[in-house]
Amino acid sequence: MRNLMQKSALVLSLFAAGAVPALAAGSEDEFKAAYAAAEAANKEAGKLRNQWTTTANTLAAAKKAADAGDFDKATASAKEAEALAKASIFQATSEKTRWKDLEVR
Amino acid sequence: MKLRSAIFLASATIALAALTLAGAPLLAADDKIDPVADAKAFQKFFRDKFPKVKFEDFVNGPYSMNEDLYRQWQEKEQFPPYEFSLEMGKEMFSKPFKNGKTYADCFPNGGIGIRQNYPYFDEKEGKVITLELALNRCREANGEPPYSYVKDEMAALTAYMAFTSRGKPMDIKIPNDPRALAAYENGKEYFYTRRGQLNFSCATCHVQSPGERIRAEVLAPALGIVNAMPIYRSEWSGMGTTSRRFTTCNSQIRAVPLSPQDDEYRNVEYYLSYVSNGLPISGPGARP
Ligand code: HEC
Repeated sequence: MRNLMQKSALVLSLFAAGAVPALAAGSEDEFKAAYAAAEAANKEAGKLRNQWTTTANTLAAAKKAADAGDFDKATASAKEAEALAKASIFQATSEKTRWKDLEVR
Repeated sequence: MKLRSAIFLASATIALAALTLAGAPLLAADDKIDPVADAKAFQKFFRDKFPKVKFEDFVNGPYSMNEDLYRQWQEKEQFPPYEFSLEMGKEMFSKPFKNGKTYADCFPNGGIGIRQNYPYFDEKEGKVITLELALNRCREANGEPPYSYVKDEMAALTAYMAFTSRGKPMDIKIPNDPRALAAYENGKEYFYTRRGQLNFSCATCHVQSPGERIRAEVLAPALGIVNAMPIYRSEWSGMGTTSRRFTTCNSQIRAVPLSPQDDEYRNVEYYLSYVSNGLPISGPGARP
């Protein structure tokens, strides 16, 4: 079961990572834009009642790096958080119909 | 394991589908809401999957899943770790509020032997009312502040109320009201919906994998899964309410839990209780 959880997590993380575009050198402005986009996506996931704890953690990591002045790292984390939030949105949307596949009938 | 690869595949599919932006599949046409048929199929599924488990034993969660654990449970019940909470709940239950009234004034039959009827659908409000919610509403109606849904006081009160109903078969009604059916269906949807970064639904663990180990724990079967609530858990070194259990089950799959007693949790409790109709109340429970 543990392996199973790690594997599933990995798949979704890979998906998230795959969606992160190559990074340019980070500026504060770039970080702010990336962070705002991530927050917006996570808010959207909240409306769908499907936020992930990993999104929140990654947003927090982005903030922490920005506070320490490391905007490269902060921007990378913000983009990762956005990808995670988008994956959670996709999950919630597709589950609107897919949940029935698991039903005991 | 078949299950593992199936889930792995499911997750992979989700990721892949997301990348290719595939369209969602169409719904089957025959999607009538039929709780009676659901409950029958649900109970049959577990009976077939665990032919050696006596029907009434499903309420013992992980302890129903093998003989060693069952023996541990019998030993535990001799000096139950929830005794303290039960005593506290009994005392709290009879102690008058500042206005002189008691919990008994808020419930049918003075609150004794009624746990098997919760949650129920309130047709005036159009919503599901759980026992935890009813207890806090009783407090507020009598000028007392509500208790936390995840802490000891709520666990103690529900432990006592469950205890007075021990052995009574779960008896959840779905009134002939489209809103009640919708609440039931939404609860079912919540139960089967995959969520969190791990992409698990409640059913992934409690329907597809009961009896399997996850970390140090043996997964309880979904049939009768709420009958033993609230539960004492060694890992918590204390009692946990239904709200506490639901939120914990969400966060362990990296899903942000909803607030206790949000509609989704009320509805999923309604669904799980309904499909467990006929199984005895066994709460409060003790878990490893
Ligand atoms: C990752 C697997 C997993 C998922 C997903 C999961 N749970 Fe659990 N659940 C557990 C574990 C582990 C326990 C503690 C061991 C046990 O009793 O099964 C537990 C215990 C419970 C219990 C107490 C059962 C008992 O007898 O002790 C309830 C009730 C419960 N879960 C409900 C839910 C609901 C409702 C959902 C969906 C919102 C859910 N669970 C999703 C793993 C999971």
